Amino acid sequence: MTNQKLMLLTVILSIGSLLVGVQNLDLQGLLALEETPVRILTLSRIPRLLSILFAGIAMSISGLIMQQLTRNRFVSPTTATTIDSAKMGFLFGLLLFPGSSLILRMVLSFLFALGGTFLFMKILRSLGTQNPIIIPLVGIMMGNVIDSVTSFFAIRFDLLQNIGSWMQGNFAMITRGRYELLFLSLPFLVLAALYANKFTIAGMGDDFAANLGLKAETIQRIGISIVAILTSLVVINVGQIPYLGLIVPNIVTMYRGDHLKNNLLTTGLLGANFLLLTDLLGRLVIHPYEIPIGLMIGVLGSVVFLVLIVRRRHPA
Amino acid sequence: MNEKNPTKKQQHILFILGLISFILAGIFVFRGITPSNYSYFLSRRIPRLLAMLLTGGGIAYASVIFQTITHNRILTPSVMGLDSLYLFLQTVVLFLFGSTSSWFLDPRLNFLLSLGAMAFVSIVIFPSFLKGERQNLFRLLLIGILLGTFFQSLSSFMQMVMDPNEFSIVQNRMFASFNSVNRELLLISSILVALLVLIVRRFHPSLDVMSLGRDNAVNLGVSYDYVVRSMLAIIGIFVAVSTALIGPVTFLGILVANLARELMQSYKHHMILPSAIFISIIALVGGQLFVELVLGGGIPVSLVINFVGGIYFIKILLKEGRIS
Repeated sequence: MTNQKLMLLTVILSIGSLLVGVQNLDLQGLLALEETPVRILTLSRIPRLLSILFAGIAMSISGLIMQQLTRNRFVSPTTATTIDSAKMGFLFGLLLFPGSSLILRMVLSFLFALGGTFLFMKILRSLGTQNPIIIPLVGIMMGNVIDSVTSFFAIRFDLLQNIGSWMQGNFAMITRGRYELLFLSLPFLVLAALYANKFTIAGMGDDFAANLGLKAETIQRIGISIVAILTSLVVINVGQIPYLGLIVPNIVTMYRGDHLKNNLLTTGLLGANFLLLTDLLGRLVIHPYEIPIGLMIGVLGSVVFLVLIVRRRHPA
Repeated sequence: MNEKNPTKKQQHILFILGLISFILAGIFVFRGITPSNYSYFLSRRIPRLLAMLLTGGGIAYASVIFQTITHNRILTPSVMGLDSLYLFLQTVVLFLFGSTSSWFLDPRLNFLLSLGAMAFVSIVIFPSFLKGERQNLFRLLLIGILLGTFFQSLSSFMQMVMDPNEFSIVQNRMFASFNSVNRELLLISSILVALLVLIVRRFHPSLDVMSLGRDNAVNLGVSYDYVVRSMLAIIGIFVAVSTALIGPVTFLGILVANLARELMQSYKHHMILPSAIFISIIALVGGQLFVELVLGGGIPVSLVINFVGGIYFIKILLKEGRIS
């Protein structure tokens, strides 16, 4: 599918997303600028649409960057402890500074995400294994361990009723005033686009990068920082959206090859479309209730990930 | 080492493990008991202890046997997603029948139906799944973990679709956790576990020989595929029992099976299995006491066990990863 077609799809799905909801959107009233439909649109529907778009783009681009940097198809914020560390940071923000602003929590979440991902990358380097499967395995396990520490503190300090649903991605709570922080992801997405080629080069190894006059380590740091910022923004505002950063870039690479700069836009668009579609499904299945996006993606994402592994008879 | 009979050292270790389990169980039941409150405490603690014993035994059996028939030390039924599969089957039973008659909401009936489904899936689906993938252990493991996540999310999804309002009520009633042990299933589970243990005893010699690999085992007169199939069914039921009683404890199995093999230095299942059971009980009961006395309660033991087991698992993965 070309980028134009993807964009058209995004527009169609976005309109769908604006129209679907518990409250029926009265279109004639909207055209006449009556108060109720306009308020539904500006208070709830548009914020929701924008946050879906941002989250979808941010998570899938994060995954793409990580896969280029590590040259491993199965590394993503989900499988490199980034999301779990971000959650932990958010929890510590709540614990240590109870009355703090969202910004402070965001900063803590970012710092934890950064630390966790760097730790993972360090282990990955020291491992020096050629087996590509073992890297996401270690990442998933580390994520579990981090998660159990987070749950421990959350239960201990009465911040959590139910481990399962805590921090599950959910767009239902998004209203005006509760998502604007996501706009912060814009400059970092631009930065990612500017650095795209360099990430590819850094992924080729230290020597190769040095030959081309680049310091692989610096590039890697920049890349991971961008990923940590984007991930923590999404975790803070929406909750965790697993697998998106893993499956979307893989699907794009399958059809388009490995050129990061060319794939950036496609990956972002596909991520946004995927999330839009899943969110719509989640809202329609048990209408007027809705299924949280984290759960929907958990089901769909794990299936697609499974298919990706099973298809790949000879690991990359 | 004299392999014909258990050595003195092995007997000692087994004895010490048994003693520790016994003492821990005693502390768990009789802690802080006075003549005025004993009936209340005992009526609450004994079922919980029983549930932990059954679960500990079930997980130990399932994990050790699973490792024997798959010839490796990384895979266990839990990391391969079997306990999530059980939760999923339980949900499917509810999904299909729960709305048509409230009779099916009876936990015992649901338990038996899900148990049957579990044994069926283990016999029919698992062998083919294991056969094709034996070359690449890590891939198989990743697939197992993902299947686990998939079944878990799908179960929550179906529970939510069934009844968005009473989602959490159904969840608490049907799905056990460490702090709400499923008492109605204790009797039925005890009988099942006793039966299974008797059956597995008959297979001990075959299992010992199977550690030598498929070809050698067949040469020595083991009807390999038959044993594997029966064992998979039994593993399925063990997992179902322990998950139904206190919910999933993902990393207990890997910890227990590996520690037992390391301590016993033996391939004999009549040595490994009892020590695995004791270690498992020590971990569960000791963990429960640790949580209550040191951490101040409220924390599910599974959290602590998964923390320790998860780190141990990463250690094994890193070690194996360097070799491969």
